[in-house]
Amino acid sequence: MNLAIDIFTVSAVSAGALFFLAGTVGLLRFPDSLTRLHALTKVDNLGLGLVVLGLLPQVNGLFGALKLVSIWLLVQLSGAIVTQLIAGAVRQGGPQG
Amino acid sequence: MTILSAFDIGLVVLILGIGASTIAAREAFTAVIGYVVYGLLLAIAWVRLSAVDVALTEAAIGGGMTGMLLLGAVARLRFAEGNDVRTSLPTRLAAGVMCALIAAGLAAAILSPPDPIPTLAPMVMEHLAQSGLGNPVAGVLFVYRALDTLLEKVVLILALLGVWSLAPDSVWGGIPGLRVYARPGSTLTFLAQLLPPVGIVVAFYMCWVGAKEPGGAFQGGTVLAAMWLLVMIAGLKRVPSISQSWLRLLLVVGPVIFLAIGLAGMVLANAFLDYPAGYAKPLIVAVEVALTLSIGVALGMLAAGPPERVRQP
Repeated sequence: MNLAIDIFTVSAVSAGALFFLAGTVGLLRFPDSLTRLHALTKVDNLGLGLVVLGLLPQVNGLFGALKLVSIWLLVQLSGAIVTQLIAGAVRQGGPQG
Repeated sequence: MTILSAFDIGLVVLILGIGASTIAAREAFTAVIGYVVYGLLLAIAWVRLSAVDVALTEAAIGGGMTGMLLLGAVARLRFAEGNDVRTSLPTRLAAGVMCALIAAGLAAAILSPPDPIPTLAPMVMEHLAQSGLGNPVAGVLFVYRALDTLLEKVVLILALLGVWSLAPDSVWGGIPGLRVYARPGSTLTFLAQLLPPVGIVVAFYMCWVGAKEPGGAFQGGTVLAAMWLLVMIAGLKRVPSISQSWLRLLLVVGPVIFLAIGLAGMVLANAFLDYPAGYAKPLIVAVEVALTLSIGVALGMLAAGPPERVRQP
């Protein structure tokens, strides 16, 4: 049972790390601000989500799990809103901004 | 080599790299972003050194709050006249040499410690139970080194007075020139409505658990300041003028209560800033709550900057 949980954790966290890697590559390689933002939000959303999902079976107690999930939700919230604000600023500053 | 030491080495390389790129950055804005990243990486380094209290403070103050102050300074410099004047080469050389000397001195002190390394940690742990606190850092801050902690809070107020003194006489007592993005119905408004309730709970939670786990007044106060700034920047609450009496009251309430308890200690206990036996923990928690409020207001006003507009009648 423990082994199964560990395998689940390792594979979920690795998948999350893969999204972080892909997002970082996207951030460095994509041509303009809007597509770079698109790459970043995937990291917040799926990358961190998978890491949290993988760590959930490892925490002891409900409160630890709740803390992890709320961290993910807060990062989601701030990520989504900051992305909106930056995208708004980019549109005001013209397509090159 | 274990995986953790590989991680540590990677972290150190990253920190050094970010530090170097911050110094080498041509634009002030780039340098500030580098500095914020540096602060966050440093926070991870403190976690690896098991100093979670320091890590929280570094992330909140070093990365977050100082970063915001510096960003404000960069924005002001952009509009200021004569910002294209570069410092002369000898000045820059002298600054570089001084910094290198300080770094070398610090490195010498850290790399060649006396053997055995002097420490008071065992004594702290031995007597910690008497204070009723579980977190040795809080014990040191509020019991053994209470005077330092008190003066630190006074310094914060002095810094704020320094910022306020930059205001010209005509707008003294006026409203700080924080840039407000008052577009109703924007996503920022939504965030400023949704996040503060969560943030305020987190701030007081950090303050409350500071007694037995990592956390404390400074970390909680920073979160409180961030929430206040968010509400002000979104235009949901007006930036208060610095002559408001409630503002000034909140600014001093923490240090005043700390000082009052300290003075009462001269009568009720043995010395200044000594706590009467058995009452140490409730008194410390009371001081921490008041300090959280004061630090929150002080940091918020520091970030808001000097007064720029006259108070509306």
